[in-house]
Amino acid sequence: MNRVVITGMGAISPFGMGVETLCSSIWQGKSAVKFMKEWQHIKGLQSLLAAPVPYIDEKKLIKRALRRTMGPMAIWSVLAAREAIKDANLTSKELSSGYTGVILGSTTGSPSIHEAFYREFLPEETIEGVKSGVFFKIMGHSCAANVCLDLKIKGHQWATTSACTSSSQAIGLGFIILKMGLQEIMLCGGADEVHPTVTMVFDVLKAASRKNDSPNTTPSPFDKNRDGVVCGGGAGILVLETLESARKRKAKIYAEIIGFSLNCDSQHIANPDSHQMATVMENALRDANINTKDIDHINAHATGTTKGDIAESQAIKKIFGKNTPTSSIKGHIGHSLGAAGVLESIVAVECLRRQQLVPTLNLEDPDPECDILLVQEEVVPQKLDIVLKNNFALGGVNTSLIFRRWNNNDR
Amino acid sequence: MTDEQIKEQVIKVLSEEFELDPNELKPEVKLYEDLGLDSLDAVDMVVALEKNFGMKMTDEEALRAVRTLEDLFNLIKKLKNNNK
Repeated sequence: MNRVVITGMGAISPFGMGVETLCSSIWQGKSAVKFMKEWQHIKGLQSLLAAPVPYIDEKKLIKRALRRTMGPMAIWSVLAAREAIKDANLTSKELSSGYTGVILGSTTGSPSIHEAFYREFLPEETIEGVKSGVFFKIMGHSCAANVCLDLKIKGHQWATTSACTSSSQAIGLGFIILKMGLQEIMLCGGADEVHPTVTMVFDVLKAASRKNDSPNTTPSPFDKNRDGVVCGGGAGILVLETLESARKRKAKIYAEIIGFSLNCDSQHIANPDSHQMATVMENALRDANINTKDIDHINAHATGTTKGDIAESQAIKKIFGKNTPTSSIKGHIGHSLGAAGVLESIVAVECLRRQQLVPTLNLEDPDPECDILLVQEEVVPQKLDIVLKNNFALGGVNTSLIFRRWNNNDR
Repeated sequence: MTDEQIKEQVIKVLSEEFELDPNELKPEVKLYEDLGLDSLDAVDMVVALEKNFGMKMTDEEALRAVRTLEDLFNLIKKLKNNNK
């Protein structure tokens, strides 16, 4: 089996373009959550909060002939992918070799384009006036297909579609494909957009934050007064590569992926299942061939819902006890669904690189039912060798990824 | 609508739809070879022109025969005249 390393990263986040923008904002403790006054007219929607991606002038960045088939999420995926391949120093020859592939996940295709299409179609049920690019913006593999086209990638193309675990599944699947030697380099990640129909999913389930008067205090993962999810947008890409390929290219290595596990609850379509969360973490440890004491930090899924944070805390406590420092960055950028796993993985890798833990923003009064070691208030220096990254999705999908710090002396 | 107005309108529609410099849109310009348009763009061009000129362009054979901007001007002139 091949070893798999991370050699490039790219991000579009609610803080704007670039990994540096994302990380510097998180390290400064900023919140990207906003009151969405444009949603005020929507009857019944009680959560008027989101962490949208700021305006990007895509016309200056992507040629029309490519852009015509991209909704916002595909545009962000392309921009993140370009950043990641530049970071990884990949050549066009390597991208088109047939041994470089792409796996990008999102909850659906672009919801804003879906809305625009149905607004035109439904009043008179006519498709007259529908542009040729619409399908390519709303199809489930819109992000993956458009990134492949933009970068002329000719290897694997996959689209993992599982809402909140879309991009953690993408990273996990890329890890498996590279371990097996089916490809040499994989661009893995995902994207999603802020849209009222996305927030609606959680609002209907009474799981979206309603702190409309104080956007910068919510979501508040693990806090006693948390009241739910705030949805965010963005896209993220990790360049995964076999260690052999990275060494051959003399690539800079950020971290090694040493474990991944995926399972499902099959208990309830929406309710979290602590038992299966614990099992997925245990299985990831087994995949990495390490013990619980080897994990120095957990980057939690922790969305700020009442049930979800307790279930994850219970699972962490069951496997790791109360001494493994745990935090969530959803207080900073909300829950970007299809982009969550990859944006959070970028931050986890950055924690390894900086040897620092980032606190959970808005965590002021820890919930006694979240009885684990929570990182609060400030960035903490910490010796970190291995971090575990959780993501869980509606539909009962659970994923755990394990990243190991890379030293240039590593063999 | 005069012939000149039709030409100006077509140039305006195409330059906006395909983000082209209107000064480059001379009558002899070939839509596919010179402007780099393709089959998807051809669909969008018809949608944009139909909307702008308020008429249907359903004669697919005539559309397939369009090679240059001049051909397109002439086709639209013909359709406009037939609609009178």
